[in-house]
Amino acid sequence: MREKELSKLKEYKYGFSTDVENIKAPKGLNKKVIQFISNIKKEPKWMLDWRLKAYERLQQLKEPNWQKPKYPKINYQDLYYYSAPKSFKDKPKDINDLDPKLLETYKKLGIPLQEQKRLNGIAVDAVFDSVSVATTFKEKLNEQGIIFCSMSEAIQKFPDLVKKYLGSVIPITDHYFATLNSAVFTDGSFVYIPEGVRCPMELSTYFRINASQTGQFERTLIIADKGSYVSYLEGCTAPMRDENQLHAANVELIALDDAEIKYSTVQNWYPGDEDGNGGIYNFVTKRGLCKGKNSKISWTQVETGSAITWKYPSCILKGDNSIGEFYSIAITNNWQKADTGTKMIHLGKNTKSKIISKGISAGHADNTYRGLVDISHKANNANNFTQCDSLLMGNSCGAHTIPYIKNKNSSSNVAHEATTSKISDEQLYYCNQRGLNQEEAVGLIVNGFCKEVLQQLPMEFAVEAQKLVGISLEGSVG
Amino acid sequence: MLKIENLKAKIDERHVLRGLNLEIKTGELHAIMGPNGSGKSTLSNVLSGKKGYEISGRITYENQNLLELGIEERAHKGIFLAFQYPLEIPGVNTNIFLKSALNAIKKSKGEKELDAIEFLKIVKEKALKLNLGEEMLSRQLNVGFSGGEKKKNEILQMSVLNPKFSILDETDSGLDIDALRIVSDGVNSLRNKKNSFLIITHYQRLLNYIKPDFVHVLINGKIIKSGGPELAIELEKKGYESFN
Repeated sequence: MREKELSKLKEYKYGFSTDVENIKAPKGLNKKVIQFISNIKKEPKWMLDWRLKAYERLQQLKEPNWQKPKYPKINYQDLYYYSAPKSFKDKPKDINDLDPKLLETYKKLGIPLQEQKRLNGIAVDAVFDSVSVATTFKEKLNEQGIIFCSMSEAIQKFPDLVKKYLGSVIPITDHYFATLNSAVFTDGSFVYIPEGVRCPMELSTYFRINASQTGQFERTLIIADKGSYVSYLEGCTAPMRDENQLHAANVELIALDDAEIKYSTVQNWYPGDEDGNGGIYNFVTKRGLCKGKNSKISWTQVETGSAITWKYPSCILKGDNSIGEFYSIAITNNWQKADTGTKMIHLGKNTKSKIISKGISAGHADNTYRGLVDISHKANNANNFTQCDSLLMGNSCGAHTIPYIKNKNSSSNVAHEATTSKISDEQLYYCNQRGLNQEEAVGLIVNGFCKEVLQQLPMEFAVEAQKLVGISLEGSVG
Repeated sequence: MLKIENLKAKIDERHVLRGLNLEIKTGELHAIMGPNGSGKSTLSNVLSGKKGYEISGRITYENQNLLELGIEERAHKGIFLAFQYPLEIPGVNTNIFLKSALNAIKKSKGEKELDAIEFLKIVKEKALKLNLGEEMLSRQLNVGFSGGEKKKNEILQMSVLNPKFSILDETDSGLDIDALRIVSDGVNSLRNKKNSFLIITHYQRLLNYIKPDFVHVLINGKIIKSGGPELAIELEKKGYESFN
């Protein structure tokens, strides 16, 4: 038994849990729980009303069921919707006053928060279960008028911006999980880049689920004002538990005229064990609005964790000449399942979109690319290019490509390319003969397969992601 | 360096090697010639450790039982196989592949791994020596390479990895005269008192450029005749039929 535990730990090195006392909302989903969340976060009334409106709406919605990966029915009354370390009742003003256990946790995750040890050139917002525990480099960013803080703080300090943009890309009526998030969201990051400012460092949020039987419902809102630029990255990990845990986030991006947002994700939630027990249900709604002309939103995702990944980071290309990009690597091993892709909604003239998707399946895993390219009748000269490549390892896994194209404008141009390939024994033999062991060989071949996407990641994270790609597939070839 | 005793190999119930004996001493270059289906490629696969064969007999390499070692362990110990059909690996730069391979070998010996700059210096030097363009190095490994380019790339890899014992499996097949010269230059420049070679070929042609110490005739999974370079010339004249 002990040996099995040990080998598990080797596979998922973020699988430890932190022993802290928590304050939790009472179990279950109801108005009282929503009031509890709003109350503990000291929210203004308008925010509570907004949440309750979403809750009302949720009563009329049904959980969607069209996705490929099926899962056992979730009992929403058996979950905790808020969990925060007790030491957090009054948020410490200074990072050095944080519970040492929390500091230790982030250190173990490779995200030192204390000033002297911070990562160079990267500002971090650290979210632990339902609360943001610390945000680094806040003051420095503030000098240029950049706001980078937790969502809770933004609701109190910048209500006008929040009121204007929250729910403007993902309305509270959108769909089951997005509406659920709107009702019970706890924390997440808020970013505002003022007009003409190029954010001088990478902004990043590190999400950590710690408590058991707890859902994480984070909410992130990024606004890039006219002519501004920001690159943002999120990372995610969770302890190994036998239960499935729900993570239903909403992320909204808004780019005004000539602004650019680059949003990268390295998702490494606990994927479950090799028999398919436990793991995170990663049901996330991410949507960007290219509101202004010449604006650009680029999504890059490296999805290696979670029992089920179900998300379609999308771009609404409303401004003329706006550009949407989606670069994705989805790796599924053992019994993991992914149904992911993007939606590119072309509304403005001369809008362009590019989709590069790399799906890798090993073990008994199942990997689906699902994407929509929708060109409205007004989107003259719209242009899309889609490339979907799947790589299979072994004989028990699956790969599926489901592209939807709706084109209502004859001056537009849509191109779709797709390939499916398999790592052959001969390729591995060739690599082995040159001195590379099985894992090094697989890592090399897979990294080559994903190169176009890995190149999109900010340099500081590309190396980590490359390693992660190798680790996620360890043991997948016999 | 290498001693093969009564080697038998079977694949899919088919007997391919039927009691092969061969000894290659340090510094020697041996050529094995034989018709199609005589077991030439099986021999190179068995020596490099490819899975799927049922094997009996003994192979001793530098005083170790070679058959106990995995494919990459054999590579770490200096065995190199220039493939008859080098594999394409999309997305992986030739440079990166070769650097990973060289560092894997260095790591296994407890030597310091090379960084990108140190590696590029070595690889460029070798490419220049072999008269190969650097351009090949930045391309995806073997992807879209012509037959000749693939073989040249094998020789470049060989010269960078600097193996003790190299096996060339029909590297000369399908090469024009210029490519043939590059391949032979590669072999000749690596040839010294410490390195050994096993050159597997159909034709005597390659042996005009690479002078073997010994030539063996492989027919039906057995070496039926061994001799000096003159044996290759005799073979070319009379054909394999006369040895049956």
